[in-house]
Amino acid sequence: MSRRKTERLLSLVVCLLSAGKYLTAAQIRAAVPGYPESFDAFKRMFERDKDELRELGIPLETGVSATADEEPGYRIPRQAYALPEVRLEPDEAAVLGLAARTWRQAELAGAAAGALLKLRAAGIEAEETTQPGIEPRLQTGEAAFGPLWEAVRDRRPVTFSHRAAGRSVSQQRRLEPWGVVNRHGRWYVAGLDRDRGETRVFKLSRIDGPVTFAGRPGTVTVPEGTDVRELVRTWDTEPRPQRTALLQVRAGAGFGLRRGATAARPDPGRPGWDLVEVPFSDVGWQGEHLAEFGSDVVVIEPADLREAVIGRLKGVLA
Amino acid sequence: MTPAVPPRVTPATDRLQRLLALVPYVVSRKVVGLADTAAAFGVSERELVDDLNMLWCVELRSPDPYCPIDLSYEGGEIVVSEAESIDRPLRLGVDEASALLIALRMLAEVPGLEDRSALSRTIAKLEAAAGTAGAVSAQVTVHVDDRGARNAALVRDALERGKRLHLSYYVPGRDEATERDVDPMRLLVVEGRTYLEGWCLRAEAVRLFRMDRVLDLAVLDQPASVPPQAEPRDVDQGLFRPSAADVRVELELSAAGRWVAEYYPCEHVEEIGDGRLRVSLRTPDTRMVRRLALRLGEDGRVISPADLAAGIRQDAAAALAQYA
Repeated sequence: MSRRKTERLLSLVVCLLSAGKYLTAAQIRAAVPGYPESFDAFKRMFERDKDELRELGIPLETGVSATADEEPGYRIPRQAYALPEVRLEPDEAAVLGLAARTWRQAELAGAAAGALLKLRAAGIEAEETTQPGIEPRLQTGEAAFGPLWEAVRDRRPVTFSHRAAGRSVSQQRRLEPWGVVNRHGRWYVAGLDRDRGETRVFKLSRIDGPVTFAGRPGTVTVPEGTDVRELVRTWDTEPRPQRTALLQVRAGAGFGLRRGATAARPDPGRPGWDLVEVPFSDVGWQGEHLAEFGSDVVVIEPADLREAVIGRLKGVLA
Repeated sequence: MTPAVPPRVTPATDRLQRLLALVPYVVSRKVVGLADTAAAFGVSERELVDDLNMLWCVELRSPDPYCPIDLSYEGGEIVVSEAESIDRPLRLGVDEASALLIALRMLAEVPGLEDRSALSRTIAKLEAAAGTAGAVSAQVTVHVDDRGARNAALVRDALERGKRLHLSYYVPGRDEATERDVDPMRLLVVEGRTYLEGWCLRAEAVRLFRMDRVLDLAVLDQPASVPPQAEPRDVDQGLFRPSAADVRVELELSAAGRWVAEYYPCEHVEEIGDGRLRVSLRTPDTRMVRRLALRLGEDGRVISPADLAAGIRQDAAAALAQYA
């Protein structure tokens, strides 16, 4: 069954590519073997065949020839079908192989392999082999990646359930997605939140449940000049440190803190300890971070940061 | 509303794609061996011969019957003498062009990769060949951390010349700087970060070093000698795989502590109501968990092992005593 279908589709492609003009359904039926006798059955099968060819990306067009046949016909313009000439130097072919390899095990692995196959069919000697010394990988463990990529690609709005950081319940979101960005190994989607009427960024790992299309393809417009990468960067970046913490740090400890310190000197009042000044912006975050160092770090000031650390530590004992 | 489902690929269309690539593959190379071609397409020689027969058998019946494709594979060599209109591969689809362009642009950000000129030339050529199919790829980007770029370039240099490295490396789980000699094996770029994989002479084992945590790095004059038992890890199985010798730690997390399950590879994650989670993870060094527990405060609690939970309470009590 599948073999006969492949034969028929192959003949159909060759027929429409080589005709050089629009062929009517009747002409196609006469030329391509494998269609049923009944015209209705032929029409049904031909409709399905057209859909499948278009799904493969074959540009099957409908129109009327200049000779003005009554009926509209079909053609595959060679110009639109064929991959344009591509010539790559050996070093270019090598990075292309590396690029295809990057998607291994991830969402677009099949697409990358398909692209490489077409380019090799165009005469390029690109192998998916390892370039010595470097092994890049993209990962798409988040289930939402696939549907969100399709939504961005096809410009469709989506809805999904999302649990914001620290929240115990999820909320339904309606989003016009503009782009998908990977930052520090995590995927984010940026777009217009339809309920809030504002730009929003969502972390894909916090989407629980399926992503559902909420509109037809082509119904999302990405505003001109939108830089999704910058949107995600701004969202993910802490504000510039505005405040300074004065800390007592045990000598020889707090290595990670000292890396970011603006000043450090031995504490004259407490031998074996240093006074270290560290810039910070968010009291909550900095309090959690300092609690990690346990009895090696004591916050002298400011008072709210001191309380934040004490609160964390008491929480452990609660 | 339509649920998002992956596009349908039937065996018939899958094979059609291969057939449409096969003819130009042969045409662009003039003559190719059966075995090489089968390997290139990932099929057996028998399947390939069946493909070739199917192509050769294409017959159009009207206006006059004719066979548009002529080829032979005598003596194990394929030659296409008549390819008609399918002598060029089909254009790249949007997914195909995007997959390569996204990956190439990501590679262009990898610190220490000196093939930048090849990358930008390839990106330009691929964009030209893909045409409109490549446009949407600009809406998907992968940011690669470029901290440690100078060190990554030194690692590439050491790899090329086969030299040993000396590293001063920060271990955040222990809040320590460590000194060690490492024989480099390769650079990994995973989850937007660059890692050096190498044989650590101190640990006498293969170790990963995150480039942004390398405090200082020097290429030594000594040649690297990676021992034969040094097994590079299978990147596709995940970078951090727990070993059976690691300690299994059970934690309960509040809604505010759920990030732990995203950040650390957990063996087991269970919803226990109100947005709370119970997770278990394995660690070779419980000092990392002690620090994590202090950070979490009331948002996380170590359930087991019991002695670790007790140690954490002691840590918190000792720290609080400083504020008394």
